[in-house]
Amino acid sequence: MSSVAVIDYGMGNLHSIAKALQHADLSVEVRVVSDAASILQADRVVFPGVGAMRDCMQALNGLGLVDVIREAAASKPFLGICLGMQALLSNSAENNSVTCLDIIPGQVLHFSPTLTDETGQVLKIPHMGWNQVHQHPHPLWANIPQDSRFYFVHSYFVQPDDADVTAATTDYPAPFTCALARKNLFAVQFHPEKSQTAGLQLLKNFLQWDGSV
Amino acid sequence: MSLAKRIIPCLDVDNGRVVKGVKFVDIRDAGDPVEIARRYDREGADEITFLDITATHHNRDTIVHVVEQVASEVFIPLTVGGGIRTLDDIRRMLNAGADKVGINSAAVFNPDFVREAAERFGSQCIVVAIDAKKVSSAGDPSVWEIFTHGGRKATGIDAIAWAQKMVSFGAGEILLTSMDRDGTRIGFDLELTRALSEAVSVPVIASGGVGNLEHLADGVLLGKADAVLAASIFHFGEYTILQAKQAMAARGIEVRL
Repeated sequence: MSSVAVIDYGMGNLHSIAKALQHADLSVEVRVVSDAASILQADRVVFPGVGAMRDCMQALNGLGLVDVIREAAASKPFLGICLGMQALLSNSAENNSVTCLDIIPGQVLHFSPTLTDETGQVLKIPHMGWNQVHQHPHPLWANIPQDSRFYFVHSYFVQPDDADVTAATTDYPAPFTCALARKNLFAVQFHPEKSQTAGLQLLKNFLQWDGSV
Repeated sequence: MSLAKRIIPCLDVDNGRVVKGVKFVDIRDAGDPVEIARRYDREGADEITFLDITATHHNRDTIVHVVEQVASEVFIPLTVGGGIRTLDDIRRMLNAGADKVGINSAAVFNPDFVREAAERFGSQCIVVAIDAKKVSSAGDPSVWEIFTHGGRKATGIDAIAWAQKMVSFGAGEILLTSMDRDGTRIGFDLELTRALSEAVSVPVIASGGVGNLEHLADGVLLGKADAVLAASIFHFGEYTILQAKQAMAARGIEVRL
């Protein structure tokens, strides 16, 4: 039986992601864990998270998980979600600038408060709701129609230095990177565990992925 | 390509059963909340909101079990409101599988509760529910006031200013219910919805008064709402969520179909 470790570092409720992973593939052993050994033993790792970046990095440092996450992100199928995606970048503008894991070089930026749509209406922040995801080719998009909608809720977005790591974009109103991929690592800004059919398919694809592209 | 406007069915839950709504005199049983949530998920609901109207404290565990059951098989955002008064109430709901909680009266009695909740759990899960009623006379500039106790008790607080304050305290979303329209089936208070939506930076959910599908589209197009919430029009099979989305799409609104 293959196993997936969901990293629990106190940032948000992991009930939904654990349930959704189990629902996506009943044969997988889903474990919500916060210790290094369990993370390193698992076949696959999910790095979720909601909340603020300063709390996130403090929690990871406090639990001594930084090196473990680096190792997992370099060695096995690894899925970052929401704040767990943003934490992979070098630096976030949240909380007056926070140094992040620097696994994917780049910045995490706040949406401009003066965004408007094509009709001139001010766009709300957080970017909340179902938006279309424009996929670049990657095995984790298998059986998910191009431009499917996923559920987002966030006020910050990632801007990787290397445009080639972008695995999908979403418009709000300009395109931003909503998924990134490098070797065995994949990360998404939206919540696959809250994105119904398309989200469950992405999780299923991840649970069957060997980490190759 | 752009963000879809959301349709959110709301289930008023009393002692573990869905009822037609607090404002109706004869509270009609509409069925099992888990069964209904499943149906709305299949029909394409963008989120589901549960409003716990159970009167007795003793029976409040029921809603936790409902949320647990729904969250283990319905993978869309779930919001729970009604009786959320402490950080512990919020933690219980999030642990049961809710993604957001709606805070209503407790915010009015203690605004700092919203700040503490947002700091602890993040703004993304804090919805401040506002029950507003027009208090200005016909012909005068419109003024809406916050009411508590199901619309019976005035607070003297201006609804628009209150919404802005709640956002500055960390509310990630506003659920706006017009107490003048709730249960009337004559449509949202579009003037209120628009005034409030344009006054805050966060998404606004319009609620109160939906009687047909055109009302939902009006809420978005004229009320400038980011999401529309309705209860009774969906419960008894009058309209499906899919029909609601098709009606909105026909008016040029971007929806998730």
